[in-house]
Amino acid sequence: MIYEHSRVGRRATAQAPLEMAELSGIPAELQRQTPPALPQVSEMQAVRHYTRLSQKNFAIDTHFYPLGSCTMKYNPRACNTLASLPGFLSRHPLAPETHSQGFLSCLYELQEILKTVTGMHEVSLSPAAGAQGEFAGVAMIRAYHDARGDTARSEILVPDAAHGTNPASAVMCGFKTREIPTGEDGDIDVEALRAALGPQTAGIMLTNPSTVGVFERRIKEIAGLVHEAGGLLYYDGANLNAILGKVRPGDMGFDVIHMNLHKTFSTPHGGGGPGAGPVGVSKRLEPFLPVPRVGFDGTDYHWLTEKECPDTIGRLSAFAGNAGVLIRAYIYARILGREGMHRVAEYSTLNANYLLKRLMEAGFTAAYPKRLASHEFILTLKKQAKELGVNTMDFAKRLLDYGVHAPTTYFPLLVPECLLVEPTETEAKEDLDRFVEIMKTIQNEAETQPEVVRQAPHTMPVRRLDDVRAARELDLAWKEPSQTGS
Amino acid sequence: MPFIPHTEQDVEEMLATIGVASIDDLFDEIPPALRCGKLEAIPPGLPEMEVSRLMQSRAKADGQPLCFIGAGAYDHHIPAAVWELTTRGEFYTAYTPYQAEASQGTLQLLYEFQSMMTALTGMDVSNASLYDGASALAEAVLMAVRANRKSKSKRVLMPRSLHPAYRKVVKSIVRNQQIESVEIGYDPESGLLDRQELETHAGEDFAALVIPQPNFFGVLEPLDELTNWAHENGMLAIAVVNPLAMSVLKPAGAWGETGADICCGEGQPLGAPLASGGPYFGFLCCTDALVRQMPGRIIGKTVDLDGKTGYALTLQAREQHIRRSKATSNICTNQGLMVTAATIHMSLVGGVGLQRVAAACHANTAKLIEALSGLPGVATRFTGAVFHESVLTLPIETKRALRALAAHNVLGGFDLCEDYPELGDVVLVCATELRSDEDIETYRSKLQRVIESQVQTPCQLKPDW
Amino acid sequence: MSTTPTDRRYAKSHEWIKDEGDGSYTVGITDHAQELLGDLVFVDLPEVGASLDAGGDCAVVESVKAASDVYSPLSGEVIAINEALDGAPETINEDAFGNGWMFKIKPSDPSELNNLMDAAAYDQLVAEED
Repeated sequence: MIYEHSRVGRRATAQAPLEMAELSGIPAELQRQTPPALPQVSEMQAVRHYTRLSQKNFAIDTHFYPLGSCTMKYNPRACNTLASLPGFLSRHPLAPETHSQGFLSCLYELQEILKTVTGMHEVSLSPAAGAQGEFAGVAMIRAYHDARGDTARSEILVPDAAHGTNPASAVMCGFKTREIPTGEDGDIDVEALRAALGPQTAGIMLTNPSTVGVFERRIKEIAGLVHEAGGLLYYDGANLNAILGKVRPGDMGFDVIHMNLHKTFSTPHGGGGPGAGPVGVSKRLEPFLPVPRVGFDGTDYHWLTEKECPDTIGRLSAFAGNAGVLIRAYIYARILGREGMHRVAEYSTLNANYLLKRLMEAGFTAAYPKRLASHEFILTLKKQAKELGVNTMDFAKRLLDYGVHAPTTYFPLLVPECLLVEPTETEAKEDLDRFVEIMKTIQNEAETQPEVVRQAPHTMPVRRLDDVRAARELDLAWKEPSQTGS
Repeated sequence: MPFIPHTEQDVEEMLATIGVASIDDLFDEIPPALRCGKLEAIPPGLPEMEVSRLMQSRAKADGQPLCFIGAGAYDHHIPAAVWELTTRGEFYTAYTPYQAEASQGTLQLLYEFQSMMTALTGMDVSNASLYDGASALAEAVLMAVRANRKSKSKRVLMPRSLHPAYRKVVKSIVRNQQIESVEIGYDPESGLLDRQELETHAGEDFAALVIPQPNFFGVLEPLDELTNWAHENGMLAIAVVNPLAMSVLKPAGAWGETGADICCGEGQPLGAPLASGGPYFGFLCCTDALVRQMPGRIIGKTVDLDGKTGYALTLQAREQHIRRSKATSNICTNQGLMVTAATIHMSLVGGVGLQRVAAACHANTAKLIEALSGLPGVATRFTGAVFHESVLTLPIETKRALRALAAHNVLGGFDLCEDYPELGDVVLVCATELRSDEDIETYRSKLQRVIESQVQTPCQLKPDW
Repeated sequence: MSTTPTDRRYAKSHEWIKDEGDGSYTVGITDHAQELLGDLVFVDLPEVGASLDAGGDCAVVESVKAASDVYSPLSGEVIAINEALDGAPETINEDAFGNGWMFKIKPSDPSELNNLMDAAAYDQLVAEED
């Protein structure tokens, strides 16, 4: 705890002005009586403390991170270095367009690249994350129906395997949600969909490949049914990595999509953000896109705001979203270029299918063994849980001991005891082979000394944590020992 | 192949294991009619060297003008160590700390962040951040509507002296839940929230009153009275504050008799570069009583099987991945990396350091106001005391003045004419601790020349800008 | 498995309701339900005076990994809540059918009780779920 290094009167004095200026213009009754209780540490203490903290993390730079649905691929260093050029870092968000042509040109070209890879008519980069992109997308669906006076459409359909953000975003836009079941082969139950559609249907939110890691084969038919019922199709871009340069959501019939640039375009996850969640739309939704967007008149780049786009659903952040993330994604796209985009889907799919095959050969059970994997796949450890009393969480925790970040566990909910594995295109074959060997080792441990697996991890900075205590006896901020009485 | 490690031999072996002839066969389940061809419109890939040249020229194109704009994003010094540490791969390339045992670095750091934000704002608890200040306010409004059980209305009182972009963002985000913002004007003399207009809503049913400190004009509001007024009228008090200002101003938790209920704002002044508006981070703090209505990630301290201290995500049952359609918000990420920077920034600068930075901003802005007010026709527009921004009236059209200044590489402030046309030709200026006396003199002399040239040669025809 | 009390009725959504004989009915969740949820960390109760619809959600029980709505077995008005659960949600884990009661209701139509199961039928439902 940084506060443990704190001593009254200690400071990293080089980091702030040497003198305290007068606050003479501020009435006394509005002033604070004592300085805020922030840590009082030297520069070296802070540097050492946070360096040590960083070393308690798993990260892509240090560990294989096959976290399904999160696309933890290598984050090229050039993207960070070049996005951190002084000209980019020092640009004020409200700087005039005369002093913004470099920045705006990057954003405009990124919009064009994203339009091309998704097959959408127009793109807005402003949503700050995938969930905000979802919100924007559903809000546009609402605005579209409202603009036509079709206000009876109160329901958004979501597959039962959908990410939790889907229903949560729909509700934030004032919709009710209805779940559509997934069939045994992993595709959506089209008959159930047909029965659910009606004049109350505003739209459907789909991920393709779906969250169970397979391509929705009847997508054209689904699109036809939803459109016939007067609804729109929303594409959750969580799994765009699997199809980049192979098939485009626009061609599948989607009306609106969001992309997670922190997945497909390799911007860093940063310990949980910042992300970026641009949205793309078909022609009929263009007027509703969130602002600001970037326009180009053949000579100069300029902002498009409420003035130029009066029907917009509005602004989602004070300025232009996570601009620095957008710049990183742009750099990544320029390094990859068109050939590189095709390769993203190709090699992530190759890696996933190879890993799945090898794990099946090693005796693990695939949730959808008859299907080709997309860029990710699901194993179910139902058998291990039942026969050995070693469940998915135990496997996940034991993987940490072997230096591998656990895959996504217990999602999607409809597959019991599941591991969702996404190796990404940037892992080498030998790292995949090593993962297989580790899984075999853990399986062997589960059979011969299950307690070792059940008690895992053993080599991390902490052992399993008491989540119940964390929630029952909330301790959310450090307090001076005197305040707590100890 | 950039970032792809496969050799030809690897590919052959892998395909053989899978039992297919080519990579293309792996896409057999995608109907052929849907497959896209080559993406000709995307330029071919570039080596790092060439992309580097391209980006250098783009960054250079924007110049590095002398900046006197604030308006929600402030040019502050960031200690060198902040981003050196923040971009360590272990922070930069980690994911959300779902596997707590392998994420204690990020988790402990977020707990430290929560601790520092509560110290700064005087509130009981903080979450681990939201996207930015404006969206944090939207979440605060949603939170207040859920939490205020006394209020049956879905309305909040929103001062017009709050950042216009924030008001717009709140509207876009809460509109579809039939939540209404009722705007309260400002006093044309002082620039403070109009108390008489506020009084007309006494006794009416509102879920919350939003109180900015300082407000968008830089003016400091009488927050004790406003907070008490809100509470007396059954409303929650939502503080929207500049976190740097909090180091020298009365913390939100101490406002009025019982303190603000929710405190949110833009975290950018705590270690995030201007960077065209993002990524920044929004912070959201509240009283203990409201913690379960708070959206976003929250880290709690607990113990492991051996009784050793550890940190974990807690109260997750509020969140979308468990609660789905009944979650407090759809938010999934926080702005983890920006919070990493902010936590290190606050540790290095410290409480006293933040106060010095805040005081230097206050003093520099006072100098700027004094220097510019010496010019003919330039004066402060409002009488209210300010923190580090102020509205000045200009003797010439604001748009023309700013354009002419920009041509001299000076960004002279934010033009309020579009959002507040009733104010006439005014500009919102800010001088942070980074603006030297020399910078201020540069601004003064350039503005003087611009004014003189415009006043001496008045245009007969209004130019079409 | 603990014995399911026979002095009350059960809803499919795992609530129990007991006639207190004074016009009031006590509501809680079953032992089976608390077992499925695991260690509870929070209980959100309706407000006294709130009017509930049979089958409508009226309370929430939270564990670390799940949050579950509680549905009112009958329509009526909430006349008391178990304030002891605030700060001690584990009471439901320990004694779901007794001290872990959640609220009392004054039903507007006691005949709705006939739509609910007796203990034997509920036991069978639980057996089928497994």
